Amino acid sequence: MSEILVLVEHVDGEVKKVTLELLTLARTLGEASAVWAGPGYSEAAKAKLAEYGADKVYVADSDEIVNYVVAPKAELLAKLVGDKSPAAVLVAATTEGKEVAGRLAVKTDSGVITDAVGLGEGFVADQSIFGGGVNVRSRVTKGTPIVAVRPNSTAPVAAAGAGAEEKVEVAPSDAARAAKIVERVKEEKGARPELTEAAIVVSGGRGVGSAENFAIIEKLADSIGAAVGASRAATDAKWYPHQFQVGQTGKTVSPQLYIAAGISGAIQHRAGMQTSKTIIVINKDPEAPIFEIADFGVVGDLFQVVPQLTEEIEKRK
Amino acid sequence: MNIVVCVKQVPDTATERKLRSDDKTLDRDAVDGVVNELDEYAVEEALRLKEAHGGEVTVLTMGPAKATETIRKALAMGADKAVHLSDDALHGSDALSTSYAMAQALKKIGFDLVILGSESTDARTGVLAAMLAERLGTPQLTLARKVEVNGSAIAIERITDYGFDKVEATLPAVVSVVEKINEPRYPSFKGIMAAKKKPVETLGIADASVDGSAVGLAAAYSEVAEFAAAPPRAAGTVVKDEGDGGVKAADFLASKKFI
Repeated sequence: MSEILVLVEHVDGEVKKVTLELLTLARTLGEASAVWAGPGYSEAAKAKLAEYGADKVYVADSDEIVNYVVAPKAELLAKLVGDKSPAAVLVAATTEGKEVAGRLAVKTDSGVITDAVGLGEGFVADQSIFGGGVNVRSRVTKGTPIVAVRPNSTAPVAAAGAGAEEKVEVAPSDAARAAKIVERVKEEKGARPELTEAAIVVSGGRGVGSAENFAIIEKLADSIGAAVGASRAATDAKWYPHQFQVGQTGKTVSPQLYIAAGISGAIQHRAGMQTSKTIIVINKDPEAPIFEIADFGVVGDLFQVVPQLTEEIEKRK
Repeated sequence: MNIVVCVKQVPDTATERKLRSDDKTLDRDAVDGVVNELDEYAVEEALRLKEAHGGEVTVLTMGPAKATETIRKALAMGADKAVHLSDDALHGSDALSTSYAMAQALKKIGFDLVILGSESTDARTGVLAAMLAERLGTPQLTLARKVEVNGSAIAIERITDYGFDKVEATLPAVVSVVEKINEPRYPSFKGIMAAKKKPVETLGIADASVDGSAVGLAAAYSEVAEFAAAPPRAAGTVVKDEGDGGVKAADFLASKKFI
């Protein structure tokens, strides 16, 4: 079986869920090798990666790798592609993950597929395009397949791998040090999961009516451990910060459960959430197009339905 | 400052978009073309930087003849001139080939700053700016929600999962911008009239020193094995709230084991 590199996503030394998903996927297609880039590596992190099937863990844990925008990570992966000749490289289809994939593709003269929602035999990738209107299966035909896989594309399943650690010494080239990160600013998001990675997302739209009213969306989200999203109408009106916008020009999410409240479902929004596994809609307009993609819909006033739903969830905990 | 802003003509997302059955590329003839929405923010940012620091804004687009409409829109907003990279050999180019051809055109035009929208609404790969930075060997200042230029120094705020990074570099550089970095202006009547007289240079691949064997569908690094219209989602249950809508939604969640 051939080796498949998985670029590890981590925050504060913790391996993110999407990486466990990618390791799970990699295992079905070959031998999974995790690639740790940047500081924060620990025995606990290695144990986690091994628990989800990493046979090897390549570690390049110098600060240098994360002090510059994207390029050093692409250099690290390019070096490993050269040294190890893997069958494929998987990264998370986050905005940064896709940029790493893009640079790596140029460096290694290899094809790249972004936003895969599934990956099968021969690295044939499933993609959902045109706002979810068309399903495509595609494959890389030159070089080492580089695939950016959307979070929540598969459920992480533990299966022990050897977890053999190998240190990789790399110093970013001068070219890779051209865009220096001088400060990281963390914006308060409380205890909620990250929007693109969350298993459950609760979003509010025009129907929410004001910034203050978003509190009822947040309460529902917190009752069920969800991230909060917003439609463009809501972010344009400055009721909710732009970084939480779900849609064509905002974030794309693909959670297990998506709850849309007061969102009509224009293509702008659907393009960002249509691959969600289960969709619940609450809207007072029975003609709203979002009902077309709802697994369960309630035609009603969100100010009645959402608080009642929140209360029911709390009651049944 | 010599600013080149890259724009792309994309199908209007309000219309139904399809792949062609013959070569599995986007059917661009069947739909109305519009300026990729995020590129309007790129044009606006370029114009603002020019207004603050002086210089010239050149629009660069790659696409078929009809992409001229997109160029006119950017010129009407206030860009000074345009370069249209257009050649039948470019049809079907993927992100890698496109970034190669665009990089060649950018080298020919010359630039202090290249600005793009962070992704297109058709392909949505979000990789072009990073690929251009890689190919041009210039700093990658992507996903910017704020751009500041001071002499040859440039600083941006780059959107991240946790907030943003402050990033610094030296020109020349490649910048991509996110929505809401600014409020794109509407072309004025005067702007629209003036745009008709602004120079638009059309480049074929030979003019831009693009190797024809490295672009187009035949040179693609990936292939669409198959495609199909997404099957409609199985019709869901829709209930009317009669005072118990929230309870019924909770019942549904319980039946799916979410709670």
